[in-house]
Amino acid sequence: MQPFTVLSAVAAPYDRINVDTDQILPARFLLKRRTDPEYPSYLFRDLRQQPDGSEDPGFVLNQPPYRGARIFVGNTNFGGGSSREAAAIAFDRYGIRCVVAPSFGDIFYNNCVKNGVLPIRLPETTVATIRSQLHALPGAMLTIDLPAQQVVDVEGTRHPFEIDGFSKGCLVEGASQIDLTLRCLPEIEAFERRYRETHGWA
Amino acid sequence: MAQPRSMFQKIWDAHTVKRDQDSGEVLLYVDRLILTDTSSFHAFDLLRAEGYKVRHPRTIFGEPDHFAASRGPALSDVVDAERRTMVAALEENCRDFGLVHFGLGDPRMGISHVVGPEQGITLPGLFLLCGDSHTSTHGALGALAFGIGGQTAHIMATQCIWQRPLKNLRITVEGERAPGVSAKDVILGIIRELGPAGGFGHVIEYAGPAIRAMSIEERLTVCNMSIEAGARSGMVAPDDTTIAYVKGRPEAPRGEQWDRAVAYWRSLPSDPGARFDRELSFDAGRLSPMVSWGNTAADVVAVDGRVPDPAGEADADRRRSMQRALDYMGLAPGQAMHGLPIDQVFIGSCTNGRIEDLRAAASVARGRRATVPALVVPGSGLVKAQAEAEGLDRIFIEAGFHWGHPGCSMCVGTNGDTVGAGKRCVSTSNRNFVGRQGPGSRTHLASPLTAAASAIAGRVADARDYLQGGA
Ligand code: SF4
Repeated sequence: MQPFTVLSAVAAPYDRINVDTDQILPARFLLKRRTDPEYPSYLFRDLRQQPDGSEDPGFVLNQPPYRGARIFVGNTNFGGGSSREAAAIAFDRYGIRCVVAPSFGDIFYNNCVKNGVLPIRLPETTVATIRSQLHALPGAMLTIDLPAQQVVDVEGTRHPFEIDGFSKGCLVEGASQIDLTLRCLPEIEAFERRYRETHGWA
Repeated sequence: MAQPRSMFQKIWDAHTVKRDQDSGEVLLYVDRLILTDTSSFHAFDLLRAEGYKVRHPRTIFGEPDHFAASRGPALSDVVDAERRTMVAALEENCRDFGLVHFGLGDPRMGISHVVGPEQGITLPGLFLLCGDSHTSTHGALGALAFGIGGQTAHIMATQCIWQRPLKNLRITVEGERAPGVSAKDVILGIIRELGPAGGFGHVIEYAGPAIRAMSIEERLTVCNMSIEAGARSGMVAPDDTTIAYVKGRPEAPRGEQWDRAVAYWRSLPSDPGARFDRELSFDAGRLSPMVSWGNTAADVVAVDGRVPDPAGEADADRRRSMQRALDYMGLAPGQAMHGLPIDQVFIGSCTNGRIEDLRAAASVARGRRATVPALVVPGSGLVKAQAEAEGLDRIFIEAGFHWGHPGCSMCVGTNGDTVGAGKRCVSTSNRNFVGRQGPGSRTHLASPLTAAASAIAGRVADARDYLQGGA
């Protein structure tokens, strides 16, 4: 995983609430491997394309100022619904490394962290302000400072955000969680010995 | 004296390996992991690439369900080469890593959330995980179970998962259901009150006399849909009904271990005075059969009710999203749901693909004719065999319904069974999202009774008219 420290990049605003993982990655692409070179084109596929296969110019990522966006700013209950990990993979493969929203589907939130995508929760009014700034200045950049846990908006205002230490550690180090957990192996083995006594039936 | 604890807290504590002081996350020990055919390949790719070993292969079960074809039980029936590759890959991965696998053609195969309880893989007090979000289903037996998305490789390699503490919501369901009102209607009614994100971050314990009175299959339906209220999981405390259901299942404990297990399960229900983060009560006695009109499971009305008017909604975002849902669904505010013409019906899924669901649907279909295409897909090979032993397949086939082979089928359409663009389907599944049953599909969630009645009428119908021998 690529370490995540400070990112300054174009941010795409998207106002809809309840954007579920079926919209982020339609179910028919679930069977694609992460290494599929077409993967970036699956992100928001049915919102990006019209039924005849042409691009929908109304969708934010199709608009020239936002084409290189590496940050996505959504609305409440972002990534709810199906637990598909592929929704987070789609953001990563597309090149979006950070998603900002007032609230997330919690499985999606965790999948983002596991796939090197930083999910940031900020208050609803703050996110609404950031989105309206980005609408007003298409192609403007945000700065995400993970070590300092701050989002710097278009006007230079700093918004602190919360993230648990474990997720932050993984993202900053670019380390796999499996390696970090295997450092606890002696504790896992001790637990298993106790558990076999009390829960032999399991 | 020890603090009174909720059932959720007891299971959580029993599985706590350690707590990380910095993050507050807890390392939990996992009893069972179920892998489906859609997403587990990401995990195996990772295990191989990094050279990790699977810690306890016999606690992991591979179950191809999303791609299983309803037209036949063989790999060659699977709709295309890409999906056949995925199903074959799950089998091969299970073999290579020594995991248990219920493959296509195995009489025990089926939807993970149907097979788990059926085989005794799911037991009270266990901590069970699966990549699929409807893993909340298994909580009906008094297990802690939830969907985990992308942590499969981590669990296989460590037998553990890191988890932030969850909140605990108890919903006490009172009242006696009227005839024609099923467990599906109860959970749809509850989700309408909670909203699509109202259970966020919570494990829901369903309690109260209306839940106690339910069969295990009905409780599975209720817990299944917890995720549609944004909750992590749903649970019902184990009782005599649970223990009678579990006894003798292939993977259930036997002999002296059985007695020890039962003694432990009896200690699981929440202690009197246990603290919950939230408590709600719900009256199942006033409920009618429900049907959804929008694109979340909270968008439901009574089958004899009307489509709500966005103009009556104060919140602007919510108003816009209601309007978008009505546009997508091709509905107008104030329109009656009852009598709405439909194009097809789907009966099945991990919500309503069990034997009691098929019996309910068959009770309406018996001696009548479907007037729109209707597909019935049993949740597992064992459900199918049982239904055929009872002659339910004949009832459906004589009524013009299509009788399929087990799998997820039209719930999500990944096996090729889809609802066409702009077509309206009454479905016993759990999700009515935009495009869920195929691009442009319009899904109306309902119970097996309502779905069967709607297939006969060719319209959204009230099953109570059929149960009373009417229409
Ligand atoms: S039946 Fe539907 S909800 Fe259940 S596991 Fe299959 S696709 Fe998911």
